[in-house]
Amino acid sequence: MARFTLNVNGRSESLDADDPEMPLLYALRDNLALHGPKFGCGLGQCGSCTVIVDGNAVRSCQTSVREAQGKRITTLEGLGTPDRLHPVQAAFIAEQAAQCGYCTNGMIMSAAALLEKTPRPNETKIRDALAGNLCRCGTHVRVIAAVARAAGSRT
Amino acid sequence: MNMPIVNGMGRREFLLTGGALVVGFALSPHLEALAQAAATKPVALDEVDSYLVIAPDGAITLYSGKVDLGTGCRVAFGQIVAEELDVPFARITMIEGDTATTPDQGTTGGSTGIIGGGMQIRQASATARKALLDMAAQKWNVAAAGLTVTDGVVRSPDGRTAAYGELIAGGRFNVKLDRNAAVKNGRDYKIVGQPVQRPDLPGKMTGRHTYVQDHRIAGMLHARIVRPRAIGATVTSVDEASVRNIPGARVVRIKDFVAVTADSEWNAIRAARALRVSWTGGGGLPGSDRVYASVRAAPVARDQELMKVGDAKAAIGSATRKFQATYEWPAQSHASMGPSCALADFKDGKLTVWSATQGPHRLRQVIARGMGMEADAVRVVYLDGAGCYGMNGHDDAACDAALLSRQLGRPVRVQWSREEEHGWDPKGPPQVLDLRASLDAEGNIVAWESEAWLPINTPNLFNRSMLAFSAAGIPQPEGQAVAQVQGNVYPPYDLPHMSAVVHWLQSTPLRASNLRAPGKLGNVYGVEGFMDELAAAAKRDPLEYRLTHLKDEMGARILRRTAEKMNWAARPSPNPASANAAIATGRALVYVHYKHVDNRMGLGVEVAVERATGRVRVTKITCVYEAGQMINPDAVKNQVEGNIIQAVSRTLHEETIFDTQGVTSVDWRSYPILTIPDAPVLDIELWGSPEDKPMGAGEAAHAPVPGAIGNAVFDAIGVRMRKVPLTPARVRAALAGQA
Repeated sequence: MARFTLNVNGRSESLDADDPEMPLLYALRDNLALHGPKFGCGLGQCGSCTVIVDGNAVRSCQTSVREAQGKRITTLEGLGTPDRLHPVQAAFIAEQAAQCGYCTNGMIMSAAALLEKTPRPNETKIRDALAGNLCRCGTHVRVIAAVARAAGSRT
Repeated sequence: MNMPIVNGMGRREFLLTGGALVVGFALSPHLEALAQAAATKPVALDEVDSYLVIAPDGAITLYSGKVDLGTGCRVAFGQIVAEELDVPFARITMIEGDTATTPDQGTTGGSTGIIGGGMQIRQASATARKALLDMAAQKWNVAAAGLTVTDGVVRSPDGRTAAYGELIAGGRFNVKLDRNAAVKNGRDYKIVGQPVQRPDLPGKMTGRHTYVQDHRIAGMLHARIVRPRAIGATVTSVDEASVRNIPGARVVRIKDFVAVTADSEWNAIRAARALRVSWTGGGGLPGSDRVYASVRAAPVARDQELMKVGDAKAAIGSATRKFQATYEWPAQSHASMGPSCALADFKDGKLTVWSATQGPHRLRQVIARGMGMEADAVRVVYLDGAGCYGMNGHDDAACDAALLSRQLGRPVRVQWSREEEHGWDPKGPPQVLDLRASLDAEGNIVAWESEAWLPINTPNLFNRSMLAFSAAGIPQPEGQAVAQVQGNVYPPYDLPHMSAVVHWLQSTPLRASNLRAPGKLGNVYGVEGFMDELAAAAKRDPLEYRLTHLKDEMGARILRRTAEKMNWAARPSPNPASANAAIATGRALVYVHYKHVDNRMGLGVEVAVERATGRVRVTKITCVYEAGQMINPDAVKNQVEGNIIQAVSRTLHEETIFDTQGVTSVDWRSYPILTIPDAPVLDIELWGSPEDKPMGAGEAAHAPVPGAIGNAVFDAIGVRMRKVPLTPARVRAALAGQA
């Protein structure tokens, strides 16, 4: 058992894990009881587990807790709250851009990371930025509209 | 270890609700009132109190046996209650799918959430309103007919007022659902028909919502199931030493049901990977490369003539212009974004299971039977999961967890892997459709024959076999459960001679379930594809050809409107302008009358086919959809959009690949789905009025898509694709065959 310290949503969090190679996803979900990042494949193929690490959208199922130490980690919970929504979260609600909502974490986190770097993406850029985020319910068109709305609402 | 958040609530709240799904706009749900009501409230289908509880402060709780699998019926149910009771939507809290507190309204599926469950809730609300007015009338000794309601406050003509909460005063309705209780006229709707935002989305968009995958119980173990490579294999030995170096890892074996548990999820995963199990036997599958031959060779339970007009066989036999084709549809997976998950807590002879099942009440019976328990001793609590489109692995995971919790005497959480979800969820079964037709001198259809090979729905089957019970050697009824897979196997057109025959198959290679628009997707693919073949053979415009054969006036209006929206230019297929283009463009439109009695729709597709690679891109889809009464038009639109996009995915990309042992397409590379960059532009028009009856939105718009895509590809490259998915390799091969 070893102790790891992570910087998550602006707070320093300590947790114990038996294996330094444990993916960050399980530290966030099981040790820190966060619900935002989701287990979808554990293979880095679907994007459901996306978090933002030092400004980049990262698959938390492919990043070990060891590697994540000392980095700034933001999860969906840290992006905004129901009372203080991040513009991307607000846009997803305005567009009702979900069905089951299981992929939504990844969509929002990837979009937020995109807009940090490219505040005014065209539709092709938006689509390409979400190429690694799968949605099974078929909300593709609403997700694209939501990100475009969020981009338009930024000043 | 940090204290886990339980269901987005603290521990006290968890204890009060039993971890049920509680969704509402109210800032502080009245949990004590909920808990009190839950302890004693009835669940009978015909009691108003089973559905509705009104607290003294006027807060309303709706208990629904139907569940929201991501389709938006949750918001719609709330709107129905708010409308009939004349209360603000925000005053309503919803509890779904808890067998201890909700009425058994049946499994949520087949596009019947609103048509079935919603209408029961409407009648319960109308009965409740009538009862509340009667209470006020009695209190004031006035006629109920003169009373009005605004925001849950009853007002008499002379100005006296009483709020609902005051009238019911913590008591119950004690009335049966009254079929004659007047429901509102659609003309007067204020809340039904509005695009009210879904109450669950703020929580889902900010990581505050509790999916079943997020649910935790104090003292629980994490479990992973260890499954064989070959379906049906049996265990010869388990090497428990192989996980000895993983902290807390423990092996559970019940006959051929093998699992590992640990205190931490990651250790359970590591143990599942490390555990050495020797298996023997199993398999015996035909393999997906031989799947259609195996479908045709499967034992037939019986043949059924679905319809017969005139004498199609004789007419085709004696015709000079006759055509035939075979259309094949593969096995496909629900491919839910989140692998199935469930929790179970077996304590003192009672079992509680948390599951994202589409049928909590059905699952309760299945678990009770499998576990040899009385149904009363089992409680299933629904929590949201990743979308399923029929029965995926949710119910299996619940049975996994139930067996393990009883075996270990501890609460257990079972989380499937991606490999398990793709490999072991029950599949949409493969199907084959032979079509024959004859034309007259003008090219009009004289006769049509459909002959289908489809898996039979075993009569009176108690349940589909559950993996855990099968592996553990617990006897289960033999058979397969599929629903209405013969729908739309013959065309919606008026033809002089027509017949449709189904060969009902006793077996299908992989365990079957209903996967969105079951059977209909493949049937319409064949029927509308063949219709297009006949139009092309007759050198007729596909729109004009369909309208010529379509007598249904409403259907014709919908089809014409679809064509108008897509600026349809009349000409036969294929598209002469694409003949030599490197990127060939094509268009097509189809008509579907879902199950011949439900929604009518026209759907147009535009595609671009890259000849060199064989890659098909669907660029735009236009749909005109008969929706009936829309409780929430935006939720209906979202469903129609999702149906269309998912069907594009199933048509272009999806096939469950299996060898003689088991499924080998077990991740998103081997079972790809449509990505965001490839999403088509959608142009959707919904037809319906508040005075219509609701018609369902969960699956009908799925059905026209594959046929329309296949036909648009023909329009683009002049090659007919009769086998799904339309992969680049298949398109290239078809192009090469043509040359």
